[in-house]
Amino acid sequence: MEWSWQVVYEVLPSMLDGLIVTVQASLVGALLAYVIGLFLALLKMSKTWIIAKTSYWVSECIRRTPLLVQLYFLFYVLPDFGIFLSPFVAGVIGLGIHFSTYTSEVYRAGIENVPKGQWEASRALNYNAYQTMRHVILPQAIPPMIPPLANYLITMFKETPLLSAITVVELFNAANIFSNSHYKYLEPMTLVGLFFLIISIPAAYAAMKLEQKYKPKNAG
Amino acid sequence: MEQILEYSPILIQGTITTIELTLASAVLALIISFVVGLARFSSLRIVRVAAIVYLEFFRGTSAIVQMFFMFYVLPLFGVTFPPLLAGILACGLNLGSYGSEVVRSAVLSVSKGQHEAALALNYTNYQRFRYVLIPQAIPVMIPTFGNLLIELLKLTAVASLITISDLTFMSQIIRVQTALTLEPFLVILVIYFIISSVLVWFTKLVERKFSKGRHTITAKEG
Repeated sequence: MEWSWQVVYEVLPSMLDGLIVTVQASLVGALLAYVIGLFLALLKMSKTWIIAKTSYWVSECIRRTPLLVQLYFLFYVLPDFGIFLSPFVAGVIGLGIHFSTYTSEVYRAGIENVPKGQWEASRALNYNAYQTMRHVILPQAIPPMIPPLANYLITMFKETPLLSAITVVELFNAANIFSNSHYKYLEPMTLVGLFFLIISIPAAYAAMKLEQKYKPKNAG
Repeated sequence: MEQILEYSPILIQGTITTIELTLASAVLALIISFVVGLARFSSLRIVRVAAIVYLEFFRGTSAIVQMFFMFYVLPLFGVTFPPLLAGILACGLNLGSYGSEVVRSAVLSVSKGQHEAALALNYTNYQRFRYVLIPQAIPVMIPTFGNLLIELLKLTAVASLITISDLTFMSQIIRVQTALTLEPFLVILVIYFIISSVLVWFTKLVERKFSKGRHTITAKEG
């Protein structure tokens, strides 16, 4: 099996188009995951027992089942109920909802890790709920959340090839379509792997830097 | 729903395949986690570099890409795996990369005094890891390994794309043959949820066994 630059040259344009879709899907999916995750976290921390429990179990049901099956669900089942989503929209919603269960845990841990004394001090200072959150809790809770949230963006980037299963032509699918029609697997598949490495290794390095930057000063 | 019941034999078969795939790749991933995780502490530079290359490669690319590579590209070089073995290898190698970081960070989390004490006692490298560091690191690893086990189960669904007849594959067969959509997917989502819940329960059990009389912290993932 010989490596052929001719094949590389032929497949590259469609893969670059696919790469754009991959990046879009990761970014929009991550944005959804961050927003939905925040609501989910607030629901999980609700003082009303039934809301807290229900949202916890809903979140667990999503987290404990495969994203691929959830994507099939969105793609094949919703049209039967009259909801037609384009493959890209279905894929992004799937990614967003699936990973919101992970980001919600980040938010929750971030808030719960603020020492109890800080809440008590705010009360002692007669701060109201807004002031407590705005000036005491959030400034301490947000920095440690940033690195894990950035890491989930990278994770989602690596999960986007699953969207190919519901016909989204992203990076991996672009290569796969070429492979299947030309019966050339070596170059396209190797290139997909390389593209992922080229993007995810520097991204992981950047996330590590973030982690060092936002390391809690009073660790332990 | 009755139509689904007719298909229960293939659903059961799919469940068995999913469980087999999960367990076999979990064993592989566990072995790799320890070998690669500990290789990072080697005094030989080449061993450390090899471990990092493995880690970055399998953590940096997508699992589905690795599976397709194994299933479609390796045969071009004369390396042919039956689908199930390709699935086990791909899942195991992928998860092993995350697991190796869990092992490494758990060993690092053992307090510095323990590392020093082992040195002071003139323990060899082997003794230091075998009798001092690893026994204290294991309880730290378990909760994170539990999470990875769930990730592994979910990863096996992707193996359906390389023609392994697991649960997800079977649900597609039912969808195509019956034109039903809600039922097959709902049924397998429930089965997946049950399997992962058993895995969560199992992790808690192991965690309790190992944390008796200890105070533990959680290892960092990835």
